Amino acid sequence: MPADLDTYAPLKQVKAFDPTAVDEASSFRSEVTLYIRPQSLRRVCEFLRDAPELQFKFLADLTAVDCYPQEPRFETVYHLLSLKMNERLRLKVRLPGADPRVESMVAVWPAANAFEREVFDLFGIVFEGHPFLERILMPEDWEGHPLRKDYPVQGEITRWP
Amino acid sequence: MAITLERIPGHEERVILSMGPQHPSTHGVLRLVLELDGETVVRALYDIGYLHTGFEKSFEDKTYTQGITLTDRMDYLAPLSNNLGFCLAAEKLLDLEIPLRAQWVRVLLTELTRIQSHLVWLGSHAIDLGAMSVFLYCFREREDILKIFEMVSGQRMMTSYFRIGGLALEPPLGWLKRVEKFIGYFPDRIDEYEGLLTRNPIWLRRTQGIGYLSAEDAIALGVSGPSLRGSGVEWDLRKKQPYSSYEKFEFKVPTRSEGDVYARYLVRVEEMRQSLKIVQQAMQGMPEGPVKAKAPHIVLPDREEMKTSIEALIYHFKLVTEGFHPPLGEVYQAIESPRGELGFYMVSNGSPRPYRCHVRAPSFANLQALPRMIEGRLIADVVACIGTIDIILGEVDR
Repeated sequence: MPADLDTYAPLKQVKAFDPTAVDEASSFRSEVTLYIRPQSLRRVCEFLRDAPELQFKFLADLTAVDCYPQEPRFETVYHLLSLKMNERLRLKVRLPGADPRVESMVAVWPAANAFEREVFDLFGIVFEGHPFLERILMPEDWEGHPLRKDYPVQGEITRWP
Repeated sequence: MAITLERIPGHEERVILSMGPQHPSTHGVLRLVLELDGETVVRALYDIGYLHTGFEKSFEDKTYTQGITLTDRMDYLAPLSNNLGFCLAAEKLLDLEIPLRAQWVRVLLTELTRIQSHLVWLGSHAIDLGAMSVFLYCFREREDILKIFEMVSGQRMMTSYFRIGGLALEPPLGWLKRVEKFIGYFPDRIDEYEGLLTRNPIWLRRTQGIGYLSAEDAIALGVSGPSLRGSGVEWDLRKKQPYSSYEKFEFKVPTRSEGDVYARYLVRVEEMRQSLKIVQQAMQGMPEGPVKAKAPHIVLPDREEMKTSIEALIYHFKLVTEGFHPPLGEVYQAIESPRGELGFYMVSNGSPRPYRCHVRAPSFANLQALPRMIEGRLIADVVACIGTIDIILGEVDR
């Protein structure tokens, strides 16, 4: 794991594969994060999974962060693991606060199925192309998305007359 | 929640069966919706969320130290593994070095946790398939481990014993004698369980060739832990990405290539033996020294120190009323819990509370393999398959 991003092989290979896909790359505590543009996500994920010297075949985790009130408000976070290289990589996609949508990764990693449902349930981010995008933890008639930062934790939304 | 299956036109003879959430073999509040053609499961869906408590939201409202108490309650059969994962994530965020003795005590206790979690799994898995006595034997030995936990932390189950920067307090005198006594007799007890099951013809008929999961499917579905190793993938984070000094311990990673319920049974039983080896090494080579890191702005001072030092008193006041401020950043720390990869993703915005703390629960991911295991099989095997993936609903629903 590098302190120096310029020599980090997965980043170099992704850049060689698609020079416009990575918006930004950062490293903190020797964990690398790549910010991927939403329209390139599917291609980059398939590349990372299938490239013979990378083989990020294991989707360890998929979640989201709400950066309210900043814009773009949401970030979906993908933690990839390569059993072959024994390497971890974090991908992030920035999404707008109004009508956040991103392509589903179920076709790339079937493991994404439940994780994406959880993010949809708790953040209200829509994963386009997901085979069964329903609430998974909250009751199906629940209103709102509890992990959003502007969710009223005390209960009902106060409406002033 | 409240998932339903619609009948397919032309197949009106099929039965839609709702199994659980109140069902003794679903290990908590798991609900399955099964479409049956005679006794064969045609389609299966799982339904979770009955135990959802919003832990991830609660983390955002608690300081890092307070957050430890929530982790116990997620995977209630492996509280110390959860404590460890949370503490390691926070320590990575803080870039904090932990004293060797604290690391070794952590290893010893998490391996005992693994044994007791596997004991509950073995007991309940066996009783699901009709072997009553194994259940009673397993809980007998588990009680001894829980007594060690109680001696060390004051609690049998909700231990919250690990703290960010080390341990809550020095373990009591004589606790290693208790551990020694346990590892003295436990190998014979494993033989006893194996004597009851491993070559038992009924057990073999109920487990061999049932719930098959190929290595490719397991990886694609995000399955980790003993369930992955039962499919022939040698992947254990204690070996591959060592944390908390695991690289200094000698142990084998058991794998089986069959990928069925029986293979996963053998893997877990062998894991108990290997964990016992780690416990033995940790006990014999236990280093001397402090159990808390030297970081007064993070770790609570000793009570005695507070009576004489004004700095210690100030730090205590600041830590209790406010907490510490980690730097801006995000970390993902994964450990090998008894069920698989337990990951904590922590985002800090510099405040004393995590901005976001997500738990990658191994049971949540492993559960995705269940429909794959049971579709096309008999309904009697469903119970064996639920048992074999060893899910904890507290962790699935969080």
